[in-house]
Amino acid sequence: MSDFLHVLTDHWSLFGEGFGNTVKLFLIAAVGCLILGVLLGAFRVSPIPALRWFGATYVNIVRNTPLTLVFAFLVFAAPKLDVNFDYFTAAAVALTVYTSAFICEVVRSGVNTVAPGQAEAARALGLSFAQVLTEVVLPQALRAMVPPLMSVLIAMLKNTTVAAGFSVVEAGAIPSYMAEFGEPQFYVLLWIVIGFLVLIAPLVVLQRFLERKLAVAR
Amino acid sequence: MGMKRVAVFATAAAFAFTLTACGKEGTPTASGDSNASGAAPVSDTCQSSGTTFTADSAAAVAGSTTFDKIKSAGKVVVGVKFDQPNLGYKDTSGTRCGFDIEIAQYIASKLGVDKAKIEYKEIPSANRETAIKGGEIDYYVGTYSITDKRKADVAFAGPYFVAGQDLLVRKDESAITGKDTLKGKKVCSATGSTPIQRVKDEKLTEPENIVEFKTYSECVSQLLDKKVDAVTTDDAILKGYAAQNPADLKVVGQPFSEEKYGIGLPHDDKALRDFVNNQLEAAFKDGTWKKIYDGTLGKSGSPATTPTLERY
Amino acid sequence: MSSSVLYDLPGPRGKRRNVIIGILATAGIVALIGWVIYRFNATGQFEYRRWAQFEYQAVQTELLNGLVGTLKAAGIATVLALLFGAIFAAGRLSDHRFLRAPSTAVVELFRAIPLLILIFFGYYVPLQYGWSISNLWALVVGLTLYNGSVLAEIFRAGVNAVPRGQSEAAYAIGLRKGQVLRMILLPQAVRSMLPAIVSQIVVLLKDTALGFIITYPELLTVGKTIGGRLAFGFPYVPAYLVVAAIYIGICGMLSIFAWWLQRRLTRVRTTAAKPLPVNDVDRQV
Repeated sequence: MSDFLHVLTDHWSLFGEGFGNTVKLFLIAAVGCLILGVLLGAFRVSPIPALRWFGATYVNIVRNTPLTLVFAFLVFAAPKLDVNFDYFTAAAVALTVYTSAFICEVVRSGVNTVAPGQAEAARALGLSFAQVLTEVVLPQALRAMVPPLMSVLIAMLKNTTVAAGFSVVEAGAIPSYMAEFGEPQFYVLLWIVIGFLVLIAPLVVLQRFLERKLAVAR
Repeated sequence: MGMKRVAVFATAAAFAFTLTACGKEGTPTASGDSNASGAAPVSDTCQSSGTTFTADSAAAVAGSTTFDKIKSAGKVVVGVKFDQPNLGYKDTSGTRCGFDIEIAQYIASKLGVDKAKIEYKEIPSANRETAIKGGEIDYYVGTYSITDKRKADVAFAGPYFVAGQDLLVRKDESAITGKDTLKGKKVCSATGSTPIQRVKDEKLTEPENIVEFKTYSECVSQLLDKKVDAVTTDDAILKGYAAQNPADLKVVGQPFSEEKYGIGLPHDDKALRDFVNNQLEAAFKDGTWKKIYDGTLGKSGSPATTPTLERY
Repeated sequence: MSSSVLYDLPGPRGKRRNVIIGILATAGIVALIGWVIYRFNATGQFEYRRWAQFEYQAVQTELLNGLVGTLKAAGIATVLALLFGAIFAAGRLSDHRFLRAPSTAVVELFRAIPLLILIFFGYYVPLQYGWSISNLWALVVGLTLYNGSVLAEIFRAGVNAVPRGQSEAAYAIGLRKGQVLRMILLPQAVRSMLPAIVSQIVVLLKDTALGFIITYPELLTVGKTIGGRLAFGFPYVPAYLVVAAIYIGICGMLSIFAWWLQRRLTRVRTTAAKPLPVNDVDRQV
């Protein structure tokens, strides 16, 4: 047991740096993929065929591509195209590019859960497009979107570990450092699991809270 | 539907060339057309030193479990590297060549295994001990430095070559002239390798400037892309890269360590270790070692000093 | 085109506006594609020497071996994950608390751990105790634990999707618990969850690419080898594009198969259970 504690206390700074970067990466990528994802989602439900095509193509390509490949492309191939990021930025961009495809799908299916009659009725009352959107459609769509949106973000938090393979010192990179120190990996990995449970817990609580708050009768 | 079209097209494209056996044989000769970095690359084709290894049909190693395994399997599984020019390299035709490869072939022939019966496994630096301990490979020949820490897990025959840690930089680099000029520079090496450990131990650069990848070729790519400023590992390896791209790369030439390359063997197989040491000694004496060296590593410009065996 | 909730059929002014936005959007997309092609050209990605490798049999064999590595890991992990999922779904559906509680704990825990960390458990921990495990099995262990837990949830949802009346009726005619499950619930549940299972296999197949990080020789690792050849000017761009095309091809076909199953099952209702959603987005990230 004391061995188990020592793994953490002896390498406090490594764990701190690792999880610190994980949180940083998560927050930056979360903002990025929400913006890009909502934009793509808007494309997919827009009346413009070209935009719908673009949104659909993006989603179908990214969804069938492994995240690790997106990372590898940005780190090794992008510099060959004179597109240069430092390793942390490359990781944030990879997570953003990948996760926004899923956010896009959440947005699209969220909007589609609203019965067309709702907007038709609103238009019949003479509400403008902006009013229909903000007063009628979005309040209902958001309700359907929030739980899956939170799930996608939780999944993205777990996915930050992939950056370990691409020279970013985040939580997933801790084991390879510990291997050099010769620390018992089982304990190291248990601490990482605990770390992730601690990070995920508030997100789950938030998800439940929002779900309850938004679960107003339709 | 968009998705369908994309998928069908991509699949068709992918299978068109993986499944149809329409490929050319041999290796493409890389032509010297202009590229962004302005270099005319050298051919990728493997060339052996021309040394012939005849399998010793009377080979016997009394008391070696590994040898018994090799004998009953009729083949030997050797761990190697695949991306180190003139050391352990695999060209696009699948041919392997280099100093380490020929040393591996020489040892195999002495174990009574024909060249055609050697099965190569590409094992990255970080996985070498596991592969030997787990019996995934029979022995390992791939710029494997003999260290006390590793001796706890595996046994070493040799050394069969002595290299030194050095730095590979871009041709136009003037600020980096040796190990003490690395502060504030991004330094890249392979995860789990001795060179990266030395950079950390001696604090040659700040921790946030250390970049690690699985293989050295990834580091070299990042060096050419100006994502890192130096690649550090043994000069023997670095000279191979510099020889492949002399227009863009150079080796600093101030080695700051002594890396003794050994053949990694199962920890408890002393019989095999003694046998391999004897064979290496014979190769040093009868000129085989020199011949292999001249035809491979010598082309990168490393000095030829026959090492002294360290039996233990 | 399905009618959207957001807008009516456009009138003459709306049509004109949409045409203008459409033209602008098309121009934007064309410009984006043009910029990508320009970048490719400016950095010499279309040069013959960067693609020359792919003409050669040895390189094609390399790719094929990578693909086999990927499919092997995915195949073994799929079988084991289905097994794992079935066992723990049965545990969660059990009437006994002592089976239900631990099954729930296991499934919830493994779903919360990043897959890469699960793979590291299979990779580093045996090393610590001096056992040998190949990186194929380290990868398979991770994929099995994670996807098995997700599949357990799919199985549970599938069985729960069969209307209660079905099992009530079965109990009423005197069938025992095992019989109800085997003869009434499972046949219907399997049909309803088949598309979701196929789409989870797509997720699993994609995740084999994490083998790259523990250097298991799968498709992406081979892409790195091909791209890492200095003599061909580090053709990472062509190599990864080819690898991506293979992944997209295979995963795309499986996804289409899942959708086809879904449509067929919705049309031909041979089960009282509603099909589970194919695209439960949060499972797939």
